[in-house]
Amino acid sequence: MIRSDVLKTLIPLISDQLVVTNIGLPSQEMHLLDDQPSNFYMLGTMGLASSIGLGLALAQDKKVIAIDGDGSVLMNFGTLPTIANNPAPNFILLIIDNGSYGSTGDQTTYTGMKTSLAEVARACGCDIVIECSAQDTKSVVETALAGDKMTIIISKCESGNIKVPVIEMDPVVIKDRFMKAVNA
Amino acid sequence: MSVNDVIMQAMRENSIDFVTTVPCKQLAGVIEKIEQSEDIRHVPANREDEGMGLCAGAYMGGARPAIIMQNTAIGVTINALATLIQFYRMPLPMLISYRGEVGEPVACQVEMAVHTKALLNQLNIPTYHFHQPEDAAETSAILSHCFMARKPVALLMDATFWKGA
Repeated sequence: MIRSDVLKTLIPLISDQLVVTNIGLPSQEMHLLDDQPSNFYMLGTMGLASSIGLGLALAQDKKVIAIDGDGSVLMNFGTLPTIANNPAPNFILLIIDNGSYGSTGDQTTYTGMKTSLAEVARACGCDIVIECSAQDTKSVVETALAGDKMTIIISKCESGNIKVPVIEMDPVVIKDRFMKAVNA
Repeated sequence: MSVNDVIMQAMRENSIDFVTTVPCKQLAGVIEKIEQSEDIRHVPANREDEGMGLCAGAYMGGARPAIIMQNTAIGVTINALATLIQFYRMPLPMLISYRGEVGEPVACQVEMAVHTKALLNQLNIPTYHFHQPEDAAETSAILSHCFMARKPVALLMDATFWKGA
């Protein structure tokens, strides 16, 4: 299974949840597969999906799922200690870890080599860290959504991409409808 | 009243309830007051672009955020400012310790000080330079202006200003 396969399995679970999606293909795939006002698509700013997700979770009570990538977490490693030390029970960080920079041509990341994001997250102090297969991701996310503990999920999947169009929606529209979904 | 207290009062007048910080010696007093306050959530960040992500999320969650940082951070936050805060049109008050101005003991700080206003100007970020302690009285109006305009706004507070701390 590649990232878009994992996202497809998640849609019944997260369609009506607040979702922050990482720059590039993760945002474009979610936009193509299941565009919702409750999705916040990042059009730039690689690395900050987990930070936006945490800030959003700390500021209000609804569940927040940030769908991040291994390359982006590697770029913003400082996010993990911040998440660990400012836990939001309504926050789920789902890192789709395909060991590659999918949006830029599948160049290998260090998690595709020796680095374990699960071990890094645990070392940073995150209490609930679950590494799972692509196939098991849906059930792990379902359990996390049903609970009330901040959960970091690392979904190990294969590298590869489907063809998706860029998002042409205006960023202010994305933000405006997302904020209305937060308040709904 | 010390400038730290004036800044805290201005934040309260503007209902600021979420502050992320990366420390600077000049900011130590105000950061301590934020940490001790019950009405402001303090989330220390490891890098200022991470802090801007936290503020963007908090804003969309209904909070009134601010970031407190040193001017060296302008060097690491240009992408976050342009592609997140400005592109999505979000308010972000930046309370900035303006290192490298007159009174600065560390020569290296001057190297970013000479670029600070030019970079903020290049980014079309409204910028206010506090030099005298009494300049702090403008803080509240500037914060209000920032949320009205939904733009990042920079308050540069130099060494002479912090003598009022």
